[in-house]
Amino acid sequence: MIRALWQRRRIPLASLMLIRQPVRLAVALAGISFAGILMFMQLGFRDGLFDASVTVHRLFDADIVLISPRSTSSVSMAGFPSRRLIQAMAAPEVEGITPVHWNLLLWRNPETLGTRSILALGFEPGHPLFTDPTLAAKAKLLTQKGRVLFDEKSRAEFGPVAKWFREGRTVESEIAGKRVRVAGLIGLGASFGADGNLLTSSETFLDLIPNTPSGSIEVGLVRLKPGSDADQVAQHLQSQLPDDVTVLTKQGFIDFEQNYWRTSTSIGFIFTLGAAMGFVVGCVIVYQVLYSDVSDHLPEYATLMAMGYKLNSLLGVVVREGLLLALFGYLPAYAAGQGLYLLVRNATQLPVAMNTVRAVSVFSMILIMCMLSAGLAMRRLVDADPAEIF
Amino acid sequence: MGKSSLTVDIHALSHWYGKGSTRRQVLQGVDLQISAGEVVLLTGPSGCGKTTLLTLIGALRKVQEGDVDVFGQQLRGAARGQRQRLRRRIGMIFQGHNLLRCLTAEQNVQMGADLLPNLGYRARRDQAREWLRSVGLEDELGKLPHDLSGGQKQRVAIARALAAKPKLLLADEPTAALDSGTGREVVELLKRLAREQSCSVLMVTHDPRILDVADRLVRMEDGRLYQTIS
Repeated sequence: MIRALWQRRRIPLASLMLIRQPVRLAVALAGISFAGILMFMQLGFRDGLFDASVTVHRLFDADIVLISPRSTSSVSMAGFPSRRLIQAMAAPEVEGITPVHWNLLLWRNPETLGTRSILALGFEPGHPLFTDPTLAAKAKLLTQKGRVLFDEKSRAEFGPVAKWFREGRTVESEIAGKRVRVAGLIGLGASFGADGNLLTSSETFLDLIPNTPSGSIEVGLVRLKPGSDADQVAQHLQSQLPDDVTVLTKQGFIDFEQNYWRTSTSIGFIFTLGAAMGFVVGCVIVYQVLYSDVSDHLPEYATLMAMGYKLNSLLGVVVREGLLLALFGYLPAYAAGQGLYLLVRNATQLPVAMNTVRAVSVFSMILIMCMLSAGLAMRRLVDADPAEIF
Repeated sequence: MGKSSLTVDIHALSHWYGKGSTRRQVLQGVDLQISAGEVVLLTGPSGCGKTTLLTLIGALRKVQEGDVDVFGQQLRGAARGQRQRLRRRIGMIFQGHNLLRCLTAEQNVQMGADLLPNLGYRARRDQAREWLRSVGLEDELGKLPHDLSGGQKQRVAIARALAAKPKLLLADEPTAALDSGTGREVVELLKRLAREQSCSVLMVTHDPRILDVADRLVRMEDGRLYQTIS
């Protein structure tokens, strides 16, 4: 079968046309690669920023998360009765729960004394909060009132807390006007909504915000027994619990946050537009190249038609040129994308990395780009009238 | 002469260009028969309709009025696909060589051989080489048209036209771009190879120096054909 096809092959007109016109080929490949790199960068930034918005969300040790239906994102979490979390315990699959207080508070920079909003999480020090096992030991430090664990990956604007703490100094500062002492460091990472994070005990948290209604929490973590279906349990809980609470799976909680940044801010739009521009620029370049290629060779195409070649097989030549351009334009774009992601990761700490979905989607875009351009350039080929070449 | 031995049989062929008031008749009731293996030269002043006649026989244009029979197939009312299939059996040589610039001499000739059905790649390539040898270009296989002289290019074009094993060869002033010595050489080569393949030839020419290669001369004036006894 393959042998038969190999025997039936013809002169590879498409590749020869490209190879024998090296300048045109170089322009086309440069254009396609450029478009590909642009798409890789824009989509990479976009996904990287969305990923960064859920830095903390990913760390929670939970299968199901309860939030208030009035919460819209990590920067505006509303409270719900903690009773609901206890009610959730009734489900046989539930293994454990952790009520979490969640709010943005004003942290005073101990060096400059300026204040800045920081994400504070309050929990019972004995309860599991993050999947990171090292936290449990540090959490004990919070049992004393007025102690906090400071995120060493917080932005520098919060002051040289981590540096001072490592030097052995006693770091004290003010949160919401109340004195706190840094009891230890943890590594979480800044996200979109919060430039820094700190953990404290529920007791200290309520002390910092005294007007919190009693029994009100912002986030409820639910851990399930191994082998339970989180989706199913979440649905079941949602149907059992009153409407003043929303039950999400952990992934649903992550999606909820990302969805906010995607739909309620212009970030998604801006970067998607950037990628779209790359696509358009690529289209224009490939179309130009293919169109002028067809125009230049019009008498030759007409000659082939006069010799008895079908119009379809000549259109096939243009399509194959487009395919080859897509393939050989994509490879350098992919390589450059990898390199630039590394550069961006090192420079910005954003979690920007190549993933299969993006690699495939950019290739698809390039393929569509080349096929679209080839399709448009083909219309020129229809002008080739073999009767005109005599 | 039996109808079956005619390669081309044209009867009362008329053709017009344009529409309405600008409509202009270029062919007026043309009759022409070409037998298998015959070499016919068509002469006449420019603009008299020679090329139009050639494109009609070559199935490159739709026949408007009259009968055009090529290999026993009526071309009036023939569909696009039928005309395209017929063209595979007709070799064409143009005023300019019309070679594909990005292909070597060998590849250009193989573009002709590639039209042959049921032949493996290697067989078609060998045929291309064989044809280039017959036109005396066995040493120029890998050269691009750019690097060949005018006569060499026209010889490649002949090899390409013959590689598809046509039974009818249409040539439009194949010597126009060549000097007289080279032109003569090319036309004689064309005639010899066509004869070996028992391929009919209809050649349009202005060149008085090559008229003697013809079996028959036909003259066209103002869209009418006049048979000349040679």
